[in-house]
Amino acid sequence: MSKKDSHQMSSASQGIEPPPVNADDHELILTARQRPVALIAEFADVDRFAAAAEKARDADYTHWDAHCPMPIHGMNVHMGLRPTILPWISLVHGVVGLIVGLLMVWWINAYTANWVWTPFQGYEYLVSGKPRFSLPANIAVIFETTVLFTAFGTILGMCGLNKLPMLHNPLLNSDRFRRATADGLFIVIEATDPLFNLNKTHDFLKSLSPLAIELVVDETPNK
Amino acid sequence: MATATYTTYLRDQEANLSTDPRHRAPLVLGDHNLTTVTDKITDITFRPASRGWYIGLCVSLSLLSLLFVSIAFLLLAGVGVWGNNNTVAWGFDIINFVFWVGIGHAGTLISAILFLFRQNWRTSINRFAEAMTIFAVMCAAIFPALHIGRVWLFFWLFPYPNTMAMWPQARSPLWWDVFAVSTYALTSLLFWYMGMIPDFGTLRDKAKSQWAQMIYGTLSLGWTGSCRQWLRFERAYLIMAAIATPLVLSVHSVVSFDFAVAQVPGWHATIFPPYFVAGAVFGGFAMVLTLAIPARQMFGLQDLITTRHLENMCKIMLATGTIVGYAYAVEFFTAWYSGEHFEQFAFLNRALGPYSWAFFVMVFCNVVAPQMLWIRRVRTNPITIFIIAILVNIGMWFERFVIVVTSLHRDFVPASWAMYIPTWVDLGMFAGSFGLFFTMFLLFCRFLPIVAMAELKTVMPQARLTHGPHRFDYQPDPDTPPELRRGGRWT
Repeated sequence: MSKKDSHQMSSASQGIEPPPVNADDHELILTARQRPVALIAEFADVDRFAAAAEKARDADYTHWDAHCPMPIHGMNVHMGLRPTILPWISLVHGVVGLIVGLLMVWWINAYTANWVWTPFQGYEYLVSGKPRFSLPANIAVIFETTVLFTAFGTILGMCGLNKLPMLHNPLLNSDRFRRATADGLFIVIEATDPLFNLNKTHDFLKSLSPLAIELVVDETPNK
Repeated sequence: MATATYTTYLRDQEANLSTDPRHRAPLVLGDHNLTTVTDKITDITFRPASRGWYIGLCVSLSLLSLLFVSIAFLLLAGVGVWGNNNTVAWGFDIINFVFWVGIGHAGTLISAILFLFRQNWRTSINRFAEAMTIFAVMCAAIFPALHIGRVWLFFWLFPYPNTMAMWPQARSPLWWDVFAVSTYALTSLLFWYMGMIPDFGTLRDKAKSQWAQMIYGTLSLGWTGSCRQWLRFERAYLIMAAIATPLVLSVHSVVSFDFAVAQVPGWHATIFPPYFVAGAVFGGFAMVLTLAIPARQMFGLQDLITTRHLENMCKIMLATGTIVGYAYAVEFFTAWYSGEHFEQFAFLNRALGPYSWAFFVMVFCNVVAPQMLWIRRVRTNPITIFIIAILVNIGMWFERFVIVVTSLHRDFVPASWAMYIPTWVDLGMFAGSFGLFFTMFLLFCRFLPIVAMAELKTVMPQARLTHGPHRFDYQPDPDTPPELRRGGRWT
C-alpha cells in the first residue's frame, strides 16, 4: 500500500467508530491499521447525480465532492460552488507579463544603465535614425510575453487551486471509484467532514437512491 | 461494443449528414455510451500495436535518420552545403520553417477558436490536431535554429546578461519571431498537456500493468474528476482558448513580417499577415485531414470522427482556400495598380519566369483543386478528401517556395540575378522533417489518448442534465426526435 502522511495518521487517531455493517451487505471489520477515508455512492445517470449533489449541499456537508468522467455543466449550481478566482490569477499574470515585456524591450534597446554591472546594462541601438523606443516596433514582443505569462499563470493556477499534483489519493484504493474517470458518477463524503458519521452518512447516502455505496479505507503500512 | 447492424449504420449516416437546420446532428454514432467510448479509446493504447503501425514507424524512423545524417553533415561542413547563394539567401530553410509553422495553426484553430465559437464537433479531433501542432512546431524550429550557422550559439537569440554587453535588436521581425514561435510552442504544449490531464487519469485507472499505472498516474497529476476540479479546469481551458486565439493569429502575422518588412518586390505587401494566416489554416486543415483519414481507419474511429467531421473540415478548407486564392489575385492587382516597375516585374516573373512551373503547381493545388469541395459527394468521400488534402499540402509548400525564391532570385539589379537549386542536404532535411513529424505522431497515437475522451463525453446525451439552467448546453438538442438521438440510456 502507499505511503502514509501525517494528516491521515491524525484522523485515524480521532477514533471514528467502526461500522457494524457496511453498505451492500458486505460485512466489514476495520483492523487497527485501517481507517475510513470516505463513503462513496455511485449514481446511475446525471440527473440523479445532480439531485444527490443538491441534497448533499443542503445537508451542510463541507468535505464532500462529486466526481464524474466529464464536466457536467450546471453541477456548480447543484453543488453550490462559488465561481473560481482563477480568471483573476490569469489577469495578474498577464499584466505582469505585459510590464515585464515592456520594460525588457525598453531596457535592452533604449536605455543604457551606467549604474549597474556591465552585463546588465542595456544597449542604445540607433537604427536608421528611428526613435530608440516606440510601441509599434515592440508590440509583438510585449504581446508574446503577456500571453506566455498568462498561459503559465492559468495552468499553474488551475493545478494549484485543484491541489495537483496529488501523487497519493486513498480514494483510488477503491476499484469502484477508479471508474470515476471512465463512466462512473460518484458522490464522495470524506471522513474528515465534521458531520461525518459512518452510520448516519451511510443512511443519508442510501436515501439518495444510489446504485451502490462503498466505504473506502486506507491502510497504514507495517513499519 | 455497440452492435452495428447495417440498418443502424444507414440510420446513423442519415442523421449524421442531415442538412435539416432544425436539428443538430449527433456527434457520436453507433449507439455508444460512456463505457464503450472509454474502452474504444483506451484500447488503442493498451492493445498491441498493429502491423501497419510498425511499418509506418519503420518508414518514419528511416526518414528521421536521414534528418540526423543531414544535420550532422551540415554541422560538420557549415551551412554552405545548402543551395542558398548570395542572391537567394533564404531557401529551403525559411520555406520549410513557414510550411511547418503554418501546419501547426490548424491545431490551435481547432482547439481554441472553434472552442470559443462553441463548435462542439471539434471535440473528437482537437487532441490529435493539437498534437500535430506541437510536432509541426518542433519540425519548424529545426530550420531557423540551424540556419544561424553556429548552432551552439543559439542562446544569443535570447536577451540574457552577458560580458559583451550585447543585446538583441528588438526592432527586427526576426527577433519578434523568436518570441512568437517560442511562446507559441510553449503555450500549445501547456494547452495540450492540460487537456490531457483528465484523460491520463482515465488511462491510469484503466491500466493493468504497474508501470503503466505509475507513468499515467504521474502524468495525470492525481486527477480524480471532481466537479470542483472540473469547474477550474473548464475555466482554465476557456482562458487558454481566449489567449491562444490572438496568439495563433499573431504568430503567422509575425512570420509574414519577416517578408513584409523587407523592401524586396513581391514581399513588401500589407496583405501578408491575413494572407499568411488564412494560408496557414488552409494548409493546417489539409494536414489534419491527411492524418485523420488514415488514423480513423487504422483505429476504427469512424463513429467518433464521422463523415460530418470530415465534411466540416472540408468546408473550412474551402473557405480559407478561397481566401488564399483571392490573396493571390490581389497581389497581382496591387502590383499592376501600384505602377511600380520592380513590383510589376516581380509578379510577371513569378507567373512567366523560370519558376513559373512552381507557380502553376501552387495555383492548381491551392486554388483549383479545393474548388471540387463545393460538390457534396466529393467532400463526404474520404478518398477524394484525402487526395485533395495531399494536393493542398503540396500546394502550400510550393506557395512558400514561390514567395521566397521567385521574389529573391530576380530583384532590383539584373547583374545579381541567380537561380536557386536545392542540394541533397536541403532535400534530406526536408524529407527528414517529415520523418520526425510522423515518428512523433505515430508514438503519440500509440501511447497518449488520441481522442479527448472527457471532452467527447460532454457532447454525448449521457452528459446532459434534463433540468436546471444548463440543460440546453449539450448536443443533440433536447427536442431532437428520438430516431435522431444516439446513445440511449446510461448503462
